[in-house]
Amino acid sequence: MSRDQRLYDGSDGDAAGARHRRTTLRQELPLLGWMMLVWGALWQDFAIGNLIFGLLLSLGLVRVFRLPPVILSGRFNIWRAAVFAAAFLRDVVLASFEVMYLAVFRGPRTKSAIIAVTLRTESDLLVTFVGHVLTLVPGSYVVEVDRRSSTLYLHVLNVNDQAGIDAARADVMMIEERLIRMMGTTEELAALAAEKSGARNDGAGAS
Amino acid sequence: MLDTVIDVVAGTFMVVGCLMSLAAGIGMLRFPDLLSRLHAATKPQVLGLLLLLAALGLELRSWVVLPVLLLAWLLQLLTAPVSAHMVGRAGYRTRHLRRETLIVDELAAVVQAAAQREELEHGADGQRDRSDFLD
Repeated sequence: MSRDQRLYDGSDGDAAGARHRRTTLRQELPLLGWMMLVWGALWQDFAIGNLIFGLLLSLGLVRVFRLPPVILSGRFNIWRAAVFAAAFLRDVVLASFEVMYLAVFRGPRTKSAIIAVTLRTESDLLVTFVGHVLTLVPGSYVVEVDRRSSTLYLHVLNVNDQAGIDAARADVMMIEERLIRMMGTTEELAALAAEKSGARNDGAGAS
Repeated sequence: MLDTVIDVVAGTFMVVGCLMSLAAGIGMLRFPDLLSRLHAATKPQVLGLLLLLAALGLELRSWVVLPVLLLAWLLQLLTAPVSAHMVGRAGYRTRHLRRETLIVDELAAVVQAAAQREELEHGADGQRDRSDFLD
C-alpha cells in the first residue's frame, strides 16, 4: 500500500488521482483524537462539552485544510512503546552529556561523518519517525533523505574511525528495530524476525 | 519533608536544564563548522526543556497544567528536527561545510552522480547546482 502511494506521489497527480487519494474518516481518526486532546490541553479543561467542541473544530479543520493521508500499519504494541520511550530517554540523556563534553573539551578538533543508512522499512511514516528520533538524540541528524530507497544520510558528530561509523549505523538499525516492534506492519515484523534468526545461524556457522 | 525533597529535585532539574542551554552556547562557539554547530544549536534543549518543564510540573503540582507541559515538549520534539534538517540540508547544498572535519562523506558521491546525470540530460551549461537531485 505504501509502495503504491510512493509511485503515485512520484508522478504529478491529476484530478482523478486526487479523488483516489481522498482520506477516509477511519484514517483521520487518530489525527482527530489528537487534535481534540490538544484543544482540551490548551483550555486546561477536559470536560466532555469542551472535548466535543474541540472534536467538531478539528473535523472542520481537516475538511478545510486537506493533508495527504498518514498510513498507519494498524498495529501498536504498548509494551514495545514503553521500551522505546525508555530507550529514547536514556539515549537523549547520555548523548546530551556527551555533546556537552565535546563542546567544552574537544571543540574545534571534533571530527564527524556523513553516512548513508538504508532502512528496512518502506513506510513513509516509519522513515520520518526514525529520522525524527535520530535528530532528537544528540550527536546525529538527517541531512538528506532518499525516499525511493528509504535511505537516510546522517551527519554524525564525534566519529573518528571505521568502528565509529559501524557503531553509528548499528544505532540507527537498532532504533528502526524498536520502532518496527512498536508500530511496524506484520510483514516488517516477520522480515525482522527472519533477519534475526538468519544472523544467529550465520553466527553459529562462523564459530 | 516531602515538599523539601520535591523542591530539591525540581531545583536540580532546573540547574541541569540551564546547563544544557549553556552547553548549546559553548558548542555554537567551539564546534568547527555549520554542520557540527547544528548539533549544539538543536539538541541540548530536548533534554534541557524536558528538565525545566518537569521542574515546573513538580512545583505547580496540579493535574490541569500537566497536559500543557507535555504538549509544549511534544510540539518542540516535532519541530526541532525539521529545522535541523532544513538548515543542514541547505548548508550542505551551499557548501557551508569544512571537508577536513568529515572523515567520510557518503552523500558526496550521490550528489556528484546526480550532477553528471543532469549534465548528460541538459548539457554542460544547464543548471549545475540543481538541488533536487533526489526526487
